[in-house]
Amino acid sequence: MSAHILPKRIYYTIYGILILCTFLTVQIAFFDLGPLNTIAAIGIAILKATLVILYFMHVKYSSRLTAAVVAGSVFWLAILVALTMTDYLTRAWRTFG
Amino acid sequence: MPEAVRDHSHVPGLAHHFDTLDQQTEATTLGMWVFLVTEVLFFGGLFTVYTVYRSWYPGAFAAASHELDITLGTINTAVLITSSLTMALAVHAAQLGERRTLLIFLAATMLLGGVFLGIKGFEYYHKFVEHHVPGSSFQFEQEYFRHAQIFFSLYFMMTGLHALHMVIGFGIMLVMFWWAWKGTITLEYYSPIEISGLYWHFVDIVWIFLFPLLYLIGRHAH
Repeated sequence: MSAHILPKRIYYTIYGILILCTFLTVQIAFFDLGPLNTIAAIGIAILKATLVILYFMHVKYSSRLTAAVVAGSVFWLAILVALTMTDYLTRAWRTFG
Repeated sequence: MPEAVRDHSHVPGLAHHFDTLDQQTEATTLGMWVFLVTEVLFFGGLFTVYTVYRSWYPGAFAAASHELDITLGTINTAVLITSSLTMALAVHAAQLGERRTLLIFLAATMLLGGVFLGIKGFEYYHKFVEHHVPGSSFQFEQEYFRHAQIFFSLYFMMTGLHALHMVIGFGIMLVMFWWAWKGTITLEYYSPIEISGLYWHFVDIVWIFLFPLLYLIGRHAH
């Protein structure tokens, strides 16, 4: 089998970063940073998800076709959220809050 | 008997419609990813609803989020990430053909998955005790009474759907454990472990997003 076998060290390193990011995101949540709170929370979540996808799910070492399918899922999700929000966020006649 | 067909039968675990094990592994991995794309959009619908309602009722969402137990949520996040590590190490062991190590890490993954569901159940129980389950017995500060119910509806929908995936993942791991035990999984044929791992990691990723969106909003404000 010509599969790419990663050294265990990589898995432990990624695990360490993931745990570190978890505690970082919890700590940040206790400070009032305004809109930066949400940006930091989602940014860290995206970083964590990317590490899991690239290393735990081996996408970094998979074929380009697989990588394209993975990127496609993010792309379609972005369409779903973005186009929905262009509607909901621009209804000026609605009272928010 | 044609030469090619006879050669084929010598490769254990290779289905007849594939030329090589590499091609078969490539196809199964890609197929699993296509399924996971549908899963991303399945959960994506709920994340979109969440985005719409949170943008409408930020105050109610922050107040309701504050009622969730951040300690249990953080512990559960760590538990699930650890289960992803043991899953990755299980795939690693399968790649090296180490059956004993594979069995140990599959068992560890199931154990951690069970711990996660146990803690989740404990949290659900407390939501019922505190009357934070939407419906006739719901209690919350008057200002946010209606809109906090939207938050808790989404909380139960999203974590419930996630928990359902955990239960299914647990079942898949049981089958993988059985296959590894009886020797179906070999050094040549380990792709069932690999794609089960993809599923498990996907469920972990969903939680990576659920945790900050449900537990961490408005921590500083209340």
